Amino acid sequence: MSIEISDLKVNIGDQPIIKGLNLTFPKGEVHAIMGPNGSGKSTLAKVISGHEDYEVIGGKITMDGVDLLEMEADERSREGLFMAFQYPHEIPGVTNANFIRAALQARLPKGEELDAVAYYKQLYAEMDKLEMDRKFTGRAVNEGFSGGEKKRNEILQMAMLKPSYAVLDETDSGLDIDALKVVSEGVNRMRSPERGFLVITHYQRLLDYIVPDVVHVMKGGKIIRSGDKSLALELEERGYDWVLDETAA
Amino acid sequence: MIADTETKPSSVLTTAPDFGATGLPQWYQDLQRSAWEASSALPLPKRTDEPWRFADLKRAAALEAFQTAASLDEATVKGLIVRSSKLEKTSGKFVFANESLAYADRPEADGLICLPLAEAVEKHAQLLQEHFMTQDATLGSEKFAQLHKSRAKSGLFIYVPAGVEITLPIEAYHWVSGENSSVFPHTLIVTGENSKVTVVDYYGSASESEAGLSCAVVDLVAGRGSKLRYVACQSLSTTSSNIHISSTLASADADVKSLQVQIGSAWSRTESVSHLSGKGANSDMLSVSVPSSKQQVDQRTLQHHGEAHTTSDLLYKNALYDQSRSVFAGLIKVDVGAHYTDAYQTCRNLLLSDEAEANSMPGLEINADQVKCSHGSTSGPITDEDVFYFNARGIPTETAKQLITYGFAAEVFGKLKHEAIEAMVGQLVEEKFRQLS
Ligand SMILES: Nc1ncnc2c1ncn2[C@@H]1O[C@H](COP(=O)(O)OP(=O)(O)OP(=O)(O)O)[C@@H](O)[C@H]1O
Ligand SMILES: [Mg+2]
Repeated sequence: MSIEISDLKVNIGDQPIIKGLNLTFPKGEVHAIMGPNGSGKSTLAKVISGHEDYEVIGGKITMDGVDLLEMEADERSREGLFMAFQYPHEIPGVTNANFIRAALQARLPKGEELDAVAYYKQLYAEMDKLEMDRKFTGRAVNEGFSGGEKKRNEILQMAMLKPSYAVLDETDSGLDIDALKVVSEGVNRMRSPERGFLVITHYQRLLDYIVPDVVHVMKGGKIIRSGDKSLALELEERGYDWVLDETAA
Repeated sequence: MIADTETKPSSVLTTAPDFGATGLPQWYQDLQRSAWEASSALPLPKRTDEPWRFADLKRAAALEAFQTAASLDEATVKGLIVRSSKLEKTSGKFVFANESLAYADRPEADGLICLPLAEAVEKHAQLLQEHFMTQDATLGSEKFAQLHKSRAKSGLFIYVPAGVEITLPIEAYHWVSGENSSVFPHTLIVTGENSKVTVVDYYGSASESEAGLSCAVVDLVAGRGSKLRYVACQSLSTTSSNIHISSTLASADADVKSLQVQIGSAWSRTESVSHLSGKGANSDMLSVSVPSSKQQVDQRTLQHHGEAHTTSDLLYKNALYDQSRSVFAGLIKVDVGAHYTDAYQTCRNLLLSDEAEANSMPGLEINADQVKCSHGSTSGPITDEDVFYFNARGIPTETAKQLITYGFAAEVFGKLKHEAIEAMVGQLVEEKFRQLS
């Protein structure tokens, strides 16, 4: 049970961004991706979740054996995939509570109505755990939220949707030290043999809180090296230049 | 069964009303007679008239087809009374069917006057003479305003004395029934010092298959320090025509918020003016429209700052489906000496089809210093990025678009900060969505 990406090639317009990427992350594990700016990490996250701007020109992505590339973004989500955005979108006029409710409603069989009382109970419980003020339920999704509040809101959505696989794109960026702890705990609470995580980050610090099973280095549109937690420490110390493409040989 | 079948139907635009038949007081009949003379002397709008730029003039000319509304049989009236139930809690409710009072739940408060116009001209001639249609319609529809004046006998006159606060909204329903029937509902609200009131007008058709005309005039006269909230919900049949001419006169420290909701009508022309005439006066002008098929909304506005330290904020939003069309022309006018004015004007159009068309003509005329003014208009479709965020959470594209559109509209009526009205307007918008899908 895993998400398997093999020989993935992705273009934006005519420009190749992902150039033959291989990566597998199974349920029950946390994998981290680190890599320089512009190496294609967010592109990978969006391609996994089904953004249409990116043209997949080769390779495969499967989730528990099912071809993800054949599915629309909303289907992928309902099948158990989640992506926390690096830059969460603002939606004026749609309240956070209604947005999450619609997402849960979309997972129910046709004709079945989400139980509103149970929903709010669960929502408030998750918000309490993430130390989010109740006022965020009535505010428009991400509109006017601070950078950190947006990131916390992504984790709230994840907690409500309970995905099988979650890709977190720089969820730690913009968080203050306390928020980093709260959000990391939120992720750790959800770690389970039934759930896999792919955590994109620039900072080794996050991995002190969310301890990864595997660390990958992405550069130039490929995973060029994989290792254990100590690889992150080494990157923090020495940067990316020294990392040679192990796969090139 | 329709009574009064003897009189041959004739155009309200070209045939003089039977002034005596209303039984209204002589002074009022005289007023109506001279209004009729003024109206019939004025020409129909022409292409070269600036206030009618981009307007569908065929629609204005087609008003000639409309006739005096006949009186209705009991069953029809009963049906309309049943349908007059938008707000759960009101402090008063009035139902007019083809301009006749069909139902009245009269609000009671110390010194409050809240009467059907026909009763008010009898009992409060002096107040009426002081306030009834004292503002000229300056945004193009002078002819139709005079026509309204010559025929107005339904709608409400509300006078809230100083210091009186009416907590729950007062509701008035204006129904038009019969093919080519026309109604001329009037609303005049006068608020005394530091008083408070909320009024909702609802314009509807008895039958979705009949074309009717509602030609309404609304005057809001907000006294010093008073808080006036006004909502006009237009949900006429989609073959109907709507003209809604409103003016707000805000005295010092008065705070007026008015909202237009446009759901029905083939053609809806709204003209809204706010005169800020005392220090500290504020007027929020809000509008939300959801036209579809070939519906047209034509909106003209003026924010007139006549005094220093006054504020106004206009937000008009149109969510345009199919081949619908909108015209927005708005002017902020700051008089000489009206320093420290804050005036904002925003028109946003959400284009939900490639064939929908939005025209915006914002304008500024500033003759004072230390003024903060801005105007802006935007038109565009729902973006892929908007939809992707919903998709990424499992919400299908169709649902996403509907939620986004609802959110677009809800942002306007949320500004009234009145939960019950918000829910009521929200329901009207959702009903419209259901018809569309
Ligand atoms: N929509 C787009 N149009 C054009 N170029 C794009 C687009 N999206 C991404 N790119 C380019 O693709 C490359 C990879 O971008 P991506 O956002 O995936 O990088 P990243 O690894 O997430 O970087 P960062 O660490 O800064 O977040 C960059 O050079 C970027 O400019
Ligand atoms: Mg990125």
